[in-house]
Amino acid sequence: MKGRRVAWWFVGPALAVIGVFFVLPVVAALALSVTDFDIYALADLSNLRFVGWRNYTRLLETPLFWQAFGNTAYFVVAGVPLSLAVSLGAALLLHSRLARWKGFYRTALFAPVVTTLVAVAVIWRYLFNTRYGFLNYALGFAGIDPIDWLGDPHWAMPAIIVFAVWKSFGYNMVILLAGLQSIPEDLYDAARIDGASYFERFVHVTLPMLSPLFTLVTIITVAGYFQLFAEPYVMTQGGPLQSTVSVLYFMYEEGFKWWSLGSASAVAFLLFAFILGITFVPMRMARRAGPA
Amino acid sequence: MNRRLAAWIVNGLLAGLAAVTLFPLLWMVAASLMPAGESGAFPPPLVPRHPTLEHYRELFAHAGMGRYLVNSILLAVAATLLSLAFNVAAGYAFAKLRFAGRDRLFKLLVAALIVPAQVAMVPLFLLLKTLGLVNSYGGVIVPAMASIFGIFLVRQYALSIPDDLIEAARIDGASEFRIYRAIVVPLLKPIIVTLGVFTLLGTWNDFMWPLIVLTDQDLYTLPVALASLAREHVQDNELMMAGSVLTTLPVLLVFMALQRYYIEGLTLGSLKG
Repeated sequence: MKGRRVAWWFVGPALAVIGVFFVLPVVAALALSVTDFDIYALADLSNLRFVGWRNYTRLLETPLFWQAFGNTAYFVVAGVPLSLAVSLGAALLLHSRLARWKGFYRTALFAPVVTTLVAVAVIWRYLFNTRYGFLNYALGFAGIDPIDWLGDPHWAMPAIIVFAVWKSFGYNMVILLAGLQSIPEDLYDAARIDGASYFERFVHVTLPMLSPLFTLVTIITVAGYFQLFAEPYVMTQGGPLQSTVSVLYFMYEEGFKWWSLGSASAVAFLLFAFILGITFVPMRMARRAGPA
Repeated sequence: MNRRLAAWIVNGLLAGLAAVTLFPLLWMVAASLMPAGESGAFPPPLVPRHPTLEHYRELFAHAGMGRYLVNSILLAVAATLLSLAFNVAAGYAFAKLRFAGRDRLFKLLVAALIVPAQVAMVPLFLLLKTLGLVNSYGGVIVPAMASIFGIFLVRQYALSIPDDLIEAARIDGASEFRIYRAIVVPLLKPIIVTLGVFTLLGTWNDFMWPLIVLTDQDLYTLPVALASLAREHVQDNELMMAGSVLTTLPVLLVFMALQRYYIEGLTLGSLKG
């Protein structure tokens, strides 16, 4: 039929771009990861050799890779719950019937999401300054001694987490707020007639109704937080003592600083496999539990 | 609990949260107007005592900021227009046109959303190098010309176009391209604006890929230039704040003007996903 052929004019260009500049590179990354593609191969392809799993086994023996992995896991495990708690809290506040100026507050709380990460990381680098940063100044009122946020290996990652939560909580806030608004009002009315308190309504109506969406949001946030890169690049350059080297930061240096492109591809795949592993199972469960 | 007390608590918490959220942005603007060194005093000053635009002048005169601003605008606008042309057509076709393997193909695309873009970066760099696009505007624009998310977003929206409307035009003898241009695109206008804002802000803010693909300083976008300036000028607080204002104010203004569309797209993209 004519209509069928014409459809390819509509989808063809986009699919071609995605095929050539996304699907093909992903497949090629897998192939690259079993070669020793480096600066010599970059100059002359005849220097390229097949090395099997050697990139992977060598990475698993590299302490800095494990440190990068541990740093990233720390960022995810501490950052995601904190970020989700702030997002949910803010969404509940904005959803409250008692709240005023909702439009203004929503815009204000969402604003950091649309800002340029590099630019706001630069701001926070100064807010975190040990001597004249606002954070230490404010903490001083609570009697807390100045913390060397970005210079102390124990505090650098927490500082990056604080920054990341500030930057990103508005995104999930808006999604959760839409979820709250879609809960039918009569469920609350019924609970009210049964004499349920605010807290009981929250536990027995809001939470169960919100939970499929909340699971989905959690999975997406976990996957996103694993892709930590620009924050350490701008704020700490991976330091101090490599305490903020993330997996992607490690990949970037491996690939585009040392030009070990085979090894960098292996890093990317290990990260992908890991993200897939920890998000796929809960994703299936959420799909099954939620409405189709 | 007393209702008035509850109202105080809710609004108090919101005001506090908004203050904490906005503070860094307001301080950025204030510090960018302070003479060199003033923001490094203790306790940290909140408002400039002698506001000055010297850092902005300095950035444009000596740091090449004008050039980076032009690069950022050009790249963001070009990527947005091209990706709209590609994604809107594809999204519409996936929703309303019939072709072999359509639904299977769409499912595959959605499944591919789980692959982080960074997995493709190393081979993409080599591919663009072969094509001679590394270190050119093309290297940033070409991979951004179509996105699975964009196709997905448009498709979800286009599903709501009534089939009768398209069918009636077909019976009247209109070609598929004419139907697309005269009927579909006007109906898709809200989602086109939404996707446009998303792409514009996304391209403007993007950091890792331009950092990799642009090596010539003259081609740097604002975020890449700012990151490199920040490594050189660690001590020049006020200068860096002026650079941050120039980088982030344009996107904030675009967002504030079009936030209805932006937030709609965000919830449409995730709630119906």
